[in-house]
Amino acid sequence: MKRTVPLFIAAITGFVLIAADFVPYTQSWGDTAMIWFDILAAVAFILGGANLLRMHLQKISDVRPGWGYSVVTILAFLVTLVVGLGKFGVHPAEDFPNHPWSGDYIAHGGGFWWIYEYVYLPLAATMFAMLAFYIASAAYRAFRAKNTEATILLATAFIVLLGRTYAGVYLTGNLPESLAWLKLNYLTDVIMNVFNLAGNRAITIGIGLGVVALSLKVLLGVDRSYLGSDREA
Amino acid sequence: MYEFFAHLDRRWIFLLMLLAVAVPLLQGVRFPEEPSDMVRNVYAAMDESSRGSLVLMAFDYDPASQGELQPMAAAFTRHAALRGHRMIFLTLWPQGVPMLRRNIDILKTEFPDYVYGEDYVNLGYRPGAEGVIKVVVSDLKELYASDVSGTSVSQLPLTRDLKNIQQVDLLVNISAGTPGAKEWVQYAATPYRIPMVAGTTGVGAPALYPYIPQQLVGVLGAIKAAAEYEQLLIGGYPVLAENIQAQEGLKRMGPQLVAHLLMIVLIIAGNIVYFAGRRRGVTR
Amino acid sequence: MNRATVIWGMLLIAGAAYLLVRVQSVGNGRVYVQRVEVQPQAAPPAEGEAPAAAPAGWVRYEPALRSSAGEEDIEVSIPRTVGVWLAALLTLCILSFLWGDNPFYKLAESVFVGASAGYAMVVGFWTGIVQNLFGKLFPELMRASFLPGQEGEGSLVYIVPLVLSVMMLMRLSPVGGWISRWPLAFFIGATAGIRLVSYFKSDFLLQIESSIVPLIVMTDGGLNWQESLKNITVTVGVLSCLVYFFFSVEHRGAAGVASRLGIWFLMITFGAGFGYTVMGRIALIAERLQFLFSDWLWLI
Repeated sequence: MKRTVPLFIAAITGFVLIAADFVPYTQSWGDTAMIWFDILAAVAFILGGANLLRMHLQKISDVRPGWGYSVVTILAFLVTLVVGLGKFGVHPAEDFPNHPWSGDYIAHGGGFWWIYEYVYLPLAATMFAMLAFYIASAAYRAFRAKNTEATILLATAFIVLLGRTYAGVYLTGNLPESLAWLKLNYLTDVIMNVFNLAGNRAITIGIGLGVVALSLKVLLGVDRSYLGSDREA
Repeated sequence: MYEFFAHLDRRWIFLLMLLAVAVPLLQGVRFPEEPSDMVRNVYAAMDESSRGSLVLMAFDYDPASQGELQPMAAAFTRHAALRGHRMIFLTLWPQGVPMLRRNIDILKTEFPDYVYGEDYVNLGYRPGAEGVIKVVVSDLKELYASDVSGTSVSQLPLTRDLKNIQQVDLLVNISAGTPGAKEWVQYAATPYRIPMVAGTTGVGAPALYPYIPQQLVGVLGAIKAAAEYEQLLIGGYPVLAENIQAQEGLKRMGPQLVAHLLMIVLIIAGNIVYFAGRRRGVTR
Repeated sequence: MNRATVIWGMLLIAGAAYLLVRVQSVGNGRVYVQRVEVQPQAAPPAEGEAPAAAPAGWVRYEPALRSSAGEEDIEVSIPRTVGVWLAALLTLCILSFLWGDNPFYKLAESVFVGASAGYAMVVGFWTGIVQNLFGKLFPELMRASFLPGQEGEGSLVYIVPLVLSVMMLMRLSPVGGWISRWPLAFFIGATAGIRLVSYFKSDFLLQIESSIVPLIVMTDGGLNWQESLKNITVTVGVLSCLVYFFFSVEHRGAAGVASRLGIWFLMITFGAGFGYTVMGRIALIAERLQFLFSDWLWLI
């Protein structure tokens, strides 16, 4: 019951969706399954939030190192949640003024919008922007022309870095027509449209086959790793 | 000297990078752009669609990638409006809802004649990632019964008779990862032969080349392509030359150039230190 | 007191002094908004009923340009001004990690984790649960409360995702967590089902089809050497990379040469990827600095 039923559910759902692509009669079944899938995806967000809460509450209760930051995380989580679910500062939709809860949950000027705009956005954007500094540091420390392969990689990176800015035009823009193929922006286009295309196509084919094989293993019950261990409650 | 560079505190590199980006930004350094064939193809796909075409604007990005993608999204929005296309906005990213609004605000302020519901509709977000695409290609209203304001899509003239997104003339996707351009290619553009163009982050762009041209008309890769697109737009629609908001990508190419040069200098310097160390018998 | 603390302290004091002077002189960081009175229309009365009183209006604030300060209906928004200052502070907190790990960064990071999870949960609730699940299961109730504009009748088939959702949430329960495997299996099965077909068609069959191109391209009766060279290179590149990925034969002899060529193609691919990644990352930091210089400090 605990392991066999899920295997059947996965197999039936998967094969119905495969059939939906080939048998017109089953197309509506596939559509229905995908609508349920989308609803479950929303529930996954709730599950994720609840898990985070549980994990950090556990950390606080155990007084593990850094528990104070867990308090901050939980506070930020709860404030965002309450403001968002309570539609704080959100007016009714203009077409439905008699329905106080009809406004957009992230309406401009509302509380949830404020949290997004002035808390979430700067934190998310800066967190990822930091990578510019670390990539520069890595380039200095690790990007070595140690062998032929590394040298090819390095040379390509040089051409692309120059060719994708005005530097490429400035440095090689005045080359005579007979040497036009040496222009950095042209070379960058060739790298992207020919060599990168070939390399990425092979990678795409490889990944494509991998995903097909993995999907088949899941649907046929060969890969059951998603069920976890038997010991789970 | 060697010891200093061999054990250089990385904070010096951070400082150099900060200056390389900050100084040109403060100085407002800009350069002319020469659009590549790829950008021209993407531009042509939008420009050569007949006036009033129905365009799906699927903007799948978040604040973490807005620095790269917002100029692109804005350029696509302006271009579609200048061509008189009708637009349907949606996103597969929960953090993408305010990003959609940024672009809709462009329509409200710069194109006051554009009427919500008739010329454009904002459908917002639905959870499900590629699952959303699988549904909207066959039945849009099953998932999007109403727009972001809660108005039924059956009441809006633009979406009233729209059964699914197979009916759109062009699919424009801005993608910061998964779900994004790859999924739109796999579940919409490929099976239903919907013409599609994409704009992606620098990380994502190279992986989309295998789909061009059969499954994808073209791709704009990172801020450089956005700047080239803006240049083409200004050439095609000179009214934008006065609009500083329409030149975000062009403005960013100054810091971009200096920072790229710094990266090259850092790689060369790193290699000099490495080879000098090898000569001294240091193995690292 | 160590050297780093002294440097930090001096930098913070200098920064604070600069900000103080700048706020005094130009008032940077202020956000202007335009005040718009909203007066909604009363719904048209049903036949035989007296017209309803117009509902109470409210004020909406639209973003306004800095240059429009002083104009009619333009005012400084306190919440948004506080917001810009908070956003700048949080940006600096994250950037402070460049100097080294510190409590400011950890604080900002903790806020980020909590706010992200809360954000996703709220969005998931209002879009997936309220609109797509409750909107279909309890349409009348939703029309009377959250979704007055929603049309259509209810559908009992939505009881299935409701049950699956409850089963999924059982994962949080101390007992009976195994029941969450059923919706999980549905989720995994659906993902496998749609990916199997789409990847096979889009990433395998069509990639093979796109690779079958004429190696000698003739245009207007003559050899188009550029296109020919491109097609030959792409074909050789794809095949040699695939040989490199194929581990069932030893990479010796002809297979060894091909796989080595494949590695070179992949190195060029990764080099291009690196160049593009650098470009992307720099664009992100440029945007952040632009926010600090423009929206906060008013330097540009």
